[in-house]
Amino acid sequence: MNRIKSVEELNRLRDEIRASRDPNKRCITVCGDTGCRAAGSLDLADKLRAEMKQQGVEGEIEMKVCGCHGFCQQAPVVAVEPEGIFYRHVGHKNPERDAKAVIDGTRDNETVERLLYRDPKTKKRIKHYRDIPYYAMQTKRVLDNTGKIDPNKIEEYIAADGYAALAKVLSLDPGDVVDEIKKADLRGRGGGGFPTGIKWGFCREADDQTMRYIICNADEGDPGAFMDRSIIEGDPHSVLEGMIIGAYAISHRVCPAQGYIYIRAEYPLAVQKLRKAIEQAEELGLLGDNILGSDFNFHIKIKQGAGAFVCGEETALIASIEGKRGMPRSRPPFPAVSGLFGKPTNINNVETWATVPRIMKRGADWFTEVGTEKSKGTKIFSLVGKISNSGLIEVPMGMPLRTIVEEIGGGVPDGRTFKAVQTGGPSGGCIPAELLDLPVDYEHLKEAGSMMGSGGMVVMDDYSCMVDVARYFLSFTESESCGKCVPCRMGTQHLLNMLTDICHGHGTPSDIERLRNISDAVAKGSLCGLGQTAPNPVITTLRYFEDEYRAHVEDRDCPAGVCRDLVMYEIEPENCTGCGVCQLNCPTLAIAGEKKEPHIIDSALCIRCGACRDSCKFEAVFTHVHENTPDDQSIVSRT
Amino acid sequence: MPAIEVEPQFETLLSGYEKDRSNLIPILQDVQEHEGYLSEDAIVEVADHLELSPNDVFGVASFYTLFKFVPPGRCNIKVCQGTACHVRGSGLIMEELSKKLGIRSGETTEDREFSLESVACYGSCALAPVVIVDEKVHSRMTSKSACELVEESE
Repeated sequence: MNRIKSVEELNRLRDEIRASRDPNKRCITVCGDTGCRAAGSLDLADKLRAEMKQQGVEGEIEMKVCGCHGFCQQAPVVAVEPEGIFYRHVGHKNPERDAKAVIDGTRDNETVERLLYRDPKTKKRIKHYRDIPYYAMQTKRVLDNTGKIDPNKIEEYIAADGYAALAKVLSLDPGDVVDEIKKADLRGRGGGGFPTGIKWGFCREADDQTMRYIICNADEGDPGAFMDRSIIEGDPHSVLEGMIIGAYAISHRVCPAQGYIYIRAEYPLAVQKLRKAIEQAEELGLLGDNILGSDFNFHIKIKQGAGAFVCGEETALIASIEGKRGMPRSRPPFPAVSGLFGKPTNINNVETWATVPRIMKRGADWFTEVGTEKSKGTKIFSLVGKISNSGLIEVPMGMPLRTIVEEIGGGVPDGRTFKAVQTGGPSGGCIPAELLDLPVDYEHLKEAGSMMGSGGMVVMDDYSCMVDVARYFLSFTESESCGKCVPCRMGTQHLLNMLTDICHGHGTPSDIERLRNISDAVAKGSLCGLGQTAPNPVITTLRYFEDEYRAHVEDRDCPAGVCRDLVMYEIEPENCTGCGVCQLNCPTLAIAGEKKEPHIIDSALCIRCGACRDSCKFEAVFTHVHENTPDDQSIVSRT
Repeated sequence: MPAIEVEPQFETLLSGYEKDRSNLIPILQDVQEHEGYLSEDAIVEVADHLELSPNDVFGVASFYTLFKFVPPGRCNIKVCQGTACHVRGSGLIMEELSKKLGIRSGETTEDREFSLESVACYGSCALAPVVIVDEKVHSRMTSKSACELVEESE
């Protein structure tokens, strides 16, 4: 394609692309996101392509590999457009057979019944994804392209009104662009929730008039979160377009600007998609010098992270791009005044950047239609853990947690009961069942002791031990603490040691008060966001699940049966049908028993992994307090 | 003091980078991609190229978990320790693999056949727990199926 030199040329190109397409031509979209890939979607795409070739239907049916369809639980996922037929677990067992069935069905305008989603409540098959509760309850405003367009092709993005916002922005005064974002009340989607427009304004008005750095924070380090990865893998151009608009608003007619995308090295596919998108945008003159024939120049470079969670913090991220140890520094000066290489710098996360072109295209009023008074728009969450429908969802701000967990997520599987949902990653907290009616927005989550974070939601059931969960997060923050400030370095270590002791049965009742005190000191005394929020998992679990802590320190019991030094597994002969499933799943061959006779667990061989309990359909496996309380030899913390 | 003599094995690789500190991490990533790890020689040479001290370079490299200072095994096994994987039992998988291979996370077996690593989060949370063998993601693992994976890779 040739370089586009004006807005008119872009519009003409869009019209041409649209005219060359038959809107009624059926298109099979295969999810090519990391999740579905792991389930074999690329192999399936090959099989579909081969089948189309063999049947000679390549002219009638189109097939493309897209970004995340969102319903990762059902991977690999395939949709047939324009009808919107949803097939799941396609090629799970036999890719060739399923590929043939999908092509046959699409060709003959028939539906492949056996590949349709079955509603677990009504047991009925559902044909269209818009009728599946998981999709019906969502509002896809930022993920509108993800899963629909081929992320490798810029023409698909352009045809879907891509770069139209940029074309509009180039005719506006940069100050008006900042004002529109302020009016939309867009708040940072990376965790803090700081108003984006105000941040842009600070950076634009900074005194230094030599350079502006515009950074996209794609260092999505929260364990249990993959929103940013999915946006980049499914709709990379929207992130670029947002950054170009941001650069225009912040730097145009002030000074030159340079863009950076700081992305985790653990996301190789996302890096590849971004590289390709940048190349294509540059080729078309949508990025680089004289964008769309204007006098505005902007370039974007990719910087890959090297595995340090703390680099999600702005000043640490800047240090990392500069080639230093990724350690944060105290603020002020804020990056808006003195950031990368000492120049005014604006950093926003992936989802924020991807939201920008949508606001500029449709206006602030469109954006504020949904959401709550102080949290506007929609938010993307990765809904994972002990939940029936896990995947990527986008919902209006303020949706009750119950709707997300029970209706979209389909509740907790395997007949277990919901215990808590963890939001905000290692900086967030656990929200208990009694707060399920909490509206999900920045304020309410904070009030409950947690935070929005970047949008990870990990659901836990009654087989999840909350002390173990707190210990898990602290082991994460303790190892990711950069070590610069004492409260974080020492505090997280002490918290972790105490929690480890409690999990091993060496806790004392006084530990509970001590955990609270140390948590308080770490939150107040730490230099950056990592340390200030690191105690949140401890504080919230203590607030809502103190009884579980008490069971550990007073009775040496782990009610969830997770802390292995405290419990023993046993089979209730009354409930055991002798089906042998537990025996098959036991990794240490600790279960013995004849068919149709109650089985027995040999506690000497049992490693208390819980595989038997998870696999038992008859609730025959249970845990109880370990007969021998752990001796006091292996205490870690009191040294 | 005489300059430290090093083999100019990375000359072509390094010549592609300007002598700018902000290139340090990209260079280290590039070296590791070619060599599999960062040897002492490599660190000295990179330092030389950027006119930094080897201490400074090692200080940066050791800060980031991506960089390895021992040669990797023929087969690389990563166990995701993300939250979703954790609540679905990834800790146990790591423990069992560690026992089976006789190495801890971050180590390589003596015969250089296997290396074992934990990753913070692979972003495939909906398929938890995941084990990544030579960049191929295996979903919904148990300690038993993970051990079988190792046996297949032998």
